[in-house]
Amino acid sequence: MANHAHPGQVDHSPVDRVTEQHLEHHIVPKRIYFAVFFALIILTWVTTYISTVDLGRWNIFVALAIAIVKASLVVLFFMHVWYSTRLTKMIVMASLFWLTLLLFITMTDIWTRTWMGVPGR
Amino acid sequence: MASHAVEDPHVTSTVQHHFESADQQKDASTIGMWVFLVTEVMFFGGLFLAYFVYRQAYPAAFASASNKTNLLIGAANTTVLICSSLTMALAVRSAAIGKKNLIVLFLILTLLLGGTFLGVKAYEYHDKWVHHEVPGHNFDCEGCIDAGHTPLFFALYFGMTGLHATHMIVGVGIILFLIAQARKGAYGPAWHTPVELFGLYWHFVDIVWIFLFPLLYLIDRSAVPK
Repeated sequence: MANHAHPGQVDHSPVDRVTEQHLEHHIVPKRIYFAVFFALIILTWVTTYISTVDLGRWNIFVALAIAIVKASLVVLFFMHVWYSTRLTKMIVMASLFWLTLLLFITMTDIWTRTWMGVPGR
Repeated sequence: MASHAVEDPHVTSTVQHHFESADQQKDASTIGMWVFLVTEVMFFGGLFLAYFVYRQAYPAAFASASNKTNLLIGAANTTVLICSSLTMALAVRSAAIGKKNLIVLFLILTLLLGGTFLGVKAYEYHDKWVHHEVPGHNFDCEGCIDAGHTPLFFALYFGMTGLHATHMIVGVGIILFLIAQARKGAYGPAWHTPVELFGLYWHFVDIVWIFLFPLLYLIDRSAVPK
């Protein structure tokens, strides 16, 4: 809001508000949507092709890395997080942080349990 | 709120009395929607964790079972879903610039693409049913390694894609409502929060699929254990 609080001359006539908000409203250019769209399509078919190539244990990392790039494109541009308020960005980051805790901490347990060779693991 | 917008296009009427401005109201709605999506991340996160834990425990069963999925159908359906995300983004954009007919057109396209995805999914489910790949009494993973543990893969396959499809079916219902409202001219530059927030939901569902596709169809494709 262009609220520079001038005491005495605060003009909150509805018409002015409308104009202000229109100026602030971020309209994402169409070409950005199409660029993101084509990137997503290309990445989908790239990852599909790569899955048929035997990279050993790296297949999962390549596939997930491409998925993360695709998801980031969707979140940032289709979901407008790139243009959104800091609070929204923080909420998005908080959910990713939580997901990392859930997956990573649990999996480090699962991955390393067998290392000890202790019965009843 | 919506009815106000229809009766009186004057922008101030769309701001509820407890908000300072339309911007503040919109920020509050957006944040509310994101908080809901965070709970959805938790919801799906548990299933993803279950998938990783069991894949770690029974890699051979998961690898041979995931090769039962149809790679081309999966990739084509991913493409369909990405197209529907594009049309959804364009619907929100049309609302923001006040092109009423385009909102309706893009919402209908989103609906059709979403319906196509669900139809293909139904075909895949049917295919699995015919091939006895649904966990239960008649389950038989033909030629699978460690076949005793393959039902785990298919249980997760149906659980995760099923929950995803459920979200899409809910989405289809909401799109129908939005189309009806958009036709009445309820959404314009001053107020189109429902379209925008539904867009967030639809894209989120797209993201879930972006991760389901590699995990269920791709990562063990080339590594069928001998």
